[in-house]
This record gives sequence, structure tokens and C-alpha cells, in this order.
Amino acid sequence: MKDNFQYLPLNLLWLQSGGCGGCTLSLLNADCRNLLQTLKDAGINLLWHPSLSEQCADEARKIIEACAGGELQLDILCVEGAVLKGNNGAFHRTQSREPMMNLIERLTKVARHTVAVGSCAAFGGMTAGGCNPTEACGLQYDGEVPGGLLGEDYRASNGLPVINIAGCPTHPNWVIETLAAIATGEMQEESLDVLRRPRLYADHLVHHGCTRNEFYEFKASAHKPSDLGCLMENMGCKGTQVHADCNIRLWNGEGSCVRGGYACIACTEPGFEEPGHLFNQTPKIAGIPIGLPTDMPKAWFVALASLSKSATPKRVRENAVSDHQVITPVSKRTRLK
Amino acid sequence: MSRRIIGPFNRVEGDLAITLDTEDGRVRAAFVNSPMYRGFEQILLGKNPLDALVYVPRICGICSVAQSAAAAQALATGMGLQAPQNGRLAANLTLAAENLADHLSHFYLFFMPDFAREGYRKRSWFGDAESRFKAVSGSASADMLPVRARFMNVMGYLAGKWPHTLSVQPGGSSRSLEMAEKLRLKILLAEFRRFLESTLFGDKLAAVAALDSEAALMTWMAQRSHRADFPRFLNIARDLELQQLGRATDRFISYGAYTEENTALFAAGLWSENTLHALDISAIREDVASSWMAGDSALAPDEGRTLPQPDKVDAYSWCKAPRLAGQVVETGALARQMVAGHPLLRDLVGRHGASVTARVVARMLELALVLPAMESWLHQIQPGAPFCLPVGDIDEMRGVGLIEAARGSLGHWLDVRQGKIVNYQIIAPTTWNFSPRDAAGIPGALEQALVGLKVDENENSAPLAVQHVVRSFDPCMVCTVH
Repeated sequence: MKDNFQYLPLNLLWLQSGGCGGCTLSLLNADCRNLLQTLKDAGINLLWHPSLSEQCADEARKIIEACAGGELQLDILCVEGAVLKGNNGAFHRTQSREPMMNLIERLTKVARHTVAVGSCAAFGGMTAGGCNPTEACGLQYDGEVPGGLLGEDYRASNGLPVINIAGCPTHPNWVIETLAAIATGEMQEESLDVLRRPRLYADHLVHHGCTRNEFYEFKASAHKPSDLGCLMENMGCKGTQVHADCNIRLWNGEGSCVRGGYACIACTEPGFEEPGHLFNQTPKIAGIPIGLPTDMPKAWFVALASLSKSATPKRVRENAVSDHQVITPVSKRTRLK
Repeated sequence: MSRRIIGPFNRVEGDLAITLDTEDGRVRAAFVNSPMYRGFEQILLGKNPLDALVYVPRICGICSVAQSAAAAQALATGMGLQAPQNGRLAANLTLAAENLADHLSHFYLFFMPDFAREGYRKRSWFGDAESRFKAVSGSASADMLPVRARFMNVMGYLAGKWPHTLSVQPGGSSRSLEMAEKLRLKILLAEFRRFLESTLFGDKLAAVAALDSEAALMTWMAQRSHRADFPRFLNIARDLELQQLGRATDRFISYGAYTEENTALFAAGLWSENTLHALDISAIREDVASSWMAGDSALAPDEGRTLPQPDKVDAYSWCKAPRLAGQVVETGALARQMVAGHPLLRDLVGRHGASVTARVVARMLELALVLPAMESWLHQIQPGAPFCLPVGDIDEMRGVGLIEAARGSLGHWLDVRQGKIVNYQIIAPTTWNFSPRDAAGIPGALEQALVGLKVDENENSAPLAVQHVVRSFDPCMVCTVH
């Protein structure tokens, strides 16, 4: 550390594995003056990124191998995409026929910090869906089970386990702020939640800031896509249980999944790719959703829901099943109390 | 004869390696290797068909909405569902926003930085190109990134987020718009238009759209080659003779783009032997002779199979080899405009064949053609009218979704029995363009386009001409194999 809170920039290498590249593309949506400058401002020196850097082929290989060999200090290794372990790594090889999982493993041995960008790299994610044809897993998790490619005991050389910026895709600021926290030395074990997601976004629930809150309060629920009502009762929304701040810091300006008219499908959680029910349908027992808010007594929830349903104003009840407000709130001509 | 492997081939979406056989300073043969397989067609088996709307956008982080749109169309055709007008307009706007953002990202982030490389230091335009387009540090990416991010706020309103939305539904859009939001979208489009006109083109969009020949393009370029980025490219392209690089088969397909009342903004068809033909979808077969896939014969996509065989002898790619009536075809913005009949591209290709220049010109032209269409679609949206129809249970159906992604023709073939997906086959644009050799030994479009390129055999890294040709296709490798 130098004077005046100036830190030496940290070398970052970004690799793409078994994923869609969507976390990189989402990063390009960052609401800032110039993303490339923002990364510098955050204390990052970009050694190589597959979409952004000039170096191709041999030139890129030299950088990667210099990191693996220790000639170039690898401060932060970011991996985007799942690790494809099936068939001894044959589903993803580098140009020299080395399985990508081996290259990742070599680099994680020298990296001072290892970061899984997106739910694929963290837990396996979408790539591990269905019959999981490629035996995809995360860097240090296989779904919710610790282990993955690197094993439960893995620690990067600075002492931290893999940092899981889970999300499908990741919000640009989750990535920028995690990297900035590492660069300023503020990323510690206690900065991560139980699934090792940075608490800077994982300490919130998707429900926080939901614009459908009035509908939620009255259990006035949507029945089809584009309805304005709450998406929890019928449409598969898990926002009251899912850790992320999607409705506090929005996406692409003023967006989020629920604001887009569709359910939160829990993309920051391990195993979201196989929910065991239709994504757009809430699983229920005896008419009651089985996925209720995690820290509320179930009986209270059911009692309050039934009470609030009977108290639902006509306005809220009718708007909930329409794609625009059919009844607007009453305007009073007097001063509001 | 010497052989070199170029990889990791960067500034493309996903993983790519290319093997070149060279002799006497020329490429004799090229082998395109798509080295990563995830198996979405296997992952989708046994799923409820509506769940495809969650899985398929995640095939690709850059063509995410295109994948959603193809799936939604396959479901809608299978169910005989027609979205209400607002839903159709919202779908057009969402897909167009992705396609235009992709064209812009390709030009500024993936393609132009190659002209700022050391190999071109002695060219008269180098200083300007270096300060403007150098990867990471150039002034152009600093100008473009915030504009692109701001333009993608269109997705915040129409799709919740990008990539990976669920708003694109077979019945229309799950996101209805209020008047206030329609007005904010209008302002976002106007901002984007201003960037295109001031920084990219240095002229009105209408003037760019009206360019109708190579001669007209060159005259137009000469007046503004140091004032705007597309003319800068044209000046460089003329100096390097990029109109002579990268010809493939000159057979072009398009499924047709952006549904309007009873027509499409860009028509569907096949352009070959300098003539427009109807496109016969039933003539598509996917060959797996050089793919790490099991199978003996080329199958129609609605009967297709995806059975990985990583140890297959003589195979060299995870990509299958789609053929149209046995022929290798090219798809993308150039193909779309050749089929749609834009006079500028027809003239460029008529004179030189398909080329690096023609492919880039087609993308830039689409920015000028599609943004005004977006303004018109937005104008037609009526807040208060329906955006989406409900979808019932699906028991048995076969559906086909054929749409145009930024990179060209994208098809989904879906077979549902007893409420479950029993087959889901996808042919993505770059599957066409970057296909390996078929059973007859015929190389794919890029493999043909690379043959004959001059390369310095002592050059250590990837020859720049090779990089220009490869990137001129704007490949998306994650879609290619899926």
C-alpha cells in the first residue's frame, strides 16, 4: 500500500470455460462512464480477457503460461463458465489439446485470489442441467455440495476459498465491486455468505424493493404472463427466498426479472437449473405454495395471507390480473393526513 | 507444407481454434475447430416445453434474446398461437436491440482493434487507427461502451434484463408498457441515433441507408474518412483491399427478419448464382462426418440427433455441418441484405464476391436501416392494449422457430410428446458459417474463405489477414455448438 490510500493495481486474468459468455456481456452493460477505465479505477490491471484484449493465439498463450509458471504475478483469476469434467475433460480442450479443467487447476494453484464469475463457475449452473451431459460442476461446488473441481479444502494463496459471484448472469456491479474489494484488501472470509457469495449483494433478498409489493401484501396474484399481480402464488417467483439485490440495484437501467413480468427463478442459488417443478409454476401442497419466506413461521404466513386476501381492495384485485392498471388509486382533493 | 494451430482465437464469442496448412506463403487448407461442447439439446430432453424458455437463452450470452425468440416462435407455431400486436412489436424491438448492440460491439470491440496492431505501423492511417481503436485503451471503446450500455436500457424496460430474459413468450411479451415508459424508450432510441449519426457515420441514417453502389460508398467515404468511424474503416479497407479477402461460396440464406403486419422488414430467401430463390427449409440436413458426434447419415433437423463421441477418429470439431440441398451456404447480416435486396451489398458482392469489407458494411448498414424501424414499432405500441396471450398445457406438438439473429439464420426444431420434449434441435448461424467438412469432404464456409490467403510462414502469431477474415463473420462459438 502506498500513501493516500493508493493501492498497486492487481493483475487480473479472465478465462471462459463451459458457459455462455453472458457474464462478460452483462459486465459490458455497466452503468459507468467507461467500463475499461472503471476497472482501472477499481484497482485492476487487465492482463488478458478473451473478449476485450488485443492478444490472440500465441500472444495470449504466453500471458496465460507466464501466469501459470509464476513469471507474471496472478493476483486475481476470474473463471466464467462451468468446469466440464466429463470424458476426462474432452468436452473442452485448449488448442494444445490440454483439457480446460487442467489449465484452470494449474492457474488456481498460483492465483492469489480465485473468483467464480456466474452460477456456472460457482456451482455448475445451467450447464449442469438435465442429464448434465458434460459432468459440469463449479470451481469449488457441485450444486450445493462443496467440492467441485478444486475440492472443499482449496484456498487461493491469499487464504480465501473461491469467491462465488453467483448469478445467471451476474450484475455488472457485483463483479466490479467484488474486484474493487479484493484490490483494496477488503475482501475477507467474513465478506462472504455461507455459499461464499459476496455479501455486498447476497445480504439482500430479491423481494426487497419489488414493485409488486402491494400485490404481495394482499396476495393479489398474477395468473398469466404480463399480469401486474404478485408472481409468487402462481407464477413460480422465489424472490422472497433468494439472495440478491436485483430490485434494489436494477438491471439495464430500470429493469429486473419481476419488473420484466416474470418470476425470479433463483439464479443466484445452487441447483436453480433443476428446480424439480416448472419454472413458471409455483409448486403447492393443498393450494399453499411450498416455498414460503424462509424466516417466517409458516402458520403465520398462511393466516396472514388468508386475512389479507379477504381485505384486498377491488383496485388491487382487478389490476393483479390485468396487464395495465384498470383501476387507478383514488385521488383525494383534500390534504392527505 | 507446414501446419499451424491458431488458438485461443480471441475477440470472438466463445472458444475457437483454427488449423492452417500453408505452402508457398498461402493457406492451402483450413480446419475450424469449435472446441467446447455443453449439450443443450441433451439437457432439454424430458423437459416441459415451456421450460425451454429458461434454458435456451443461456446457450448464449450475446445472442440470448435471439435464442428466446426462436424457442418462443417454435412453441407458438406448434400451438397455432398468434401474439397480439403489442406483443409482436415488443418482440421485434427486443430482438432488434440485441442485434444492433451486437453489431456495435463487434465493430468496436472485436473487429477494429486489429487495425491498431504493430503489423500496420507503416500505414498512413495507423496513428489515427491506433489512438481510436487500440484494444482496451483506444478512445472509440471509451465513447461506445457507455452509449451501448445506455441503449441496452431498452432491455430494462422491454425484457427486465439482458442477457437471459423470460419476457419473450409464445403468446407475446410478459412486459407491458405504460405511456411513461414508451416515452422514455423514445428518448433512448433518439440518443442512440445521435451517436450513430455523429460518431459512427458522420451523416444521417437515411443518407447511409440510401447508398446504392460501391462507387457511391467510396465517394461518401472520401468526405469523412477522418471524422467518423465507419468511414475510417472504409478508408483502411480500401488501402488493404479487404474487398478481395474472405470469399466463401457466395450462396446466402436468410429466414427473414422482423415480422410486420403481413410481411417482414427483411425478406426470407436463398441468393445463389446471382439470383433470388425461395428458401426450402426441408432441404436442410446436418452432417456429422467431421464432428465428434455419432451418426452415419445427414439428418433433417426435425429428425436430428445429438450423441457426442469425443474419441471419434478423423473428427475435429464439436460443430455439426449443416447443408442446404447439399450445399455450403453463408448466413449473417451480409446474407440478410443480399436476400433482402439492398443495392449497395448486391453491387459490392457482384463486383468482388463476399468479403471482409462486404460483411462489415452489411452490419453497419443494418444499424442505419433497423433503428428507424425500431422507432416506428415503438410508435405503434398502444399502452393499455394487450401484450400477451395465455398459454395452455402442451401435450403433443411439433414446432419450428426460424429467426434472424445478429449473426444470421437461427432455427429451433421442437418435438413434444405427452407433455415432454423428446427432441430439440438447434442450428445456429455460426454452425452454418464455421461448419467442418461434410461426408463429401466439402469444407465449411469459413474453411473455404481462408484458402488462398497470403501468410508469412515465419510470422509467429496469427496472421492479420486470417484474423480479419475470421472476425468478419462475427462468429458466436457458444451458439455454434450449444
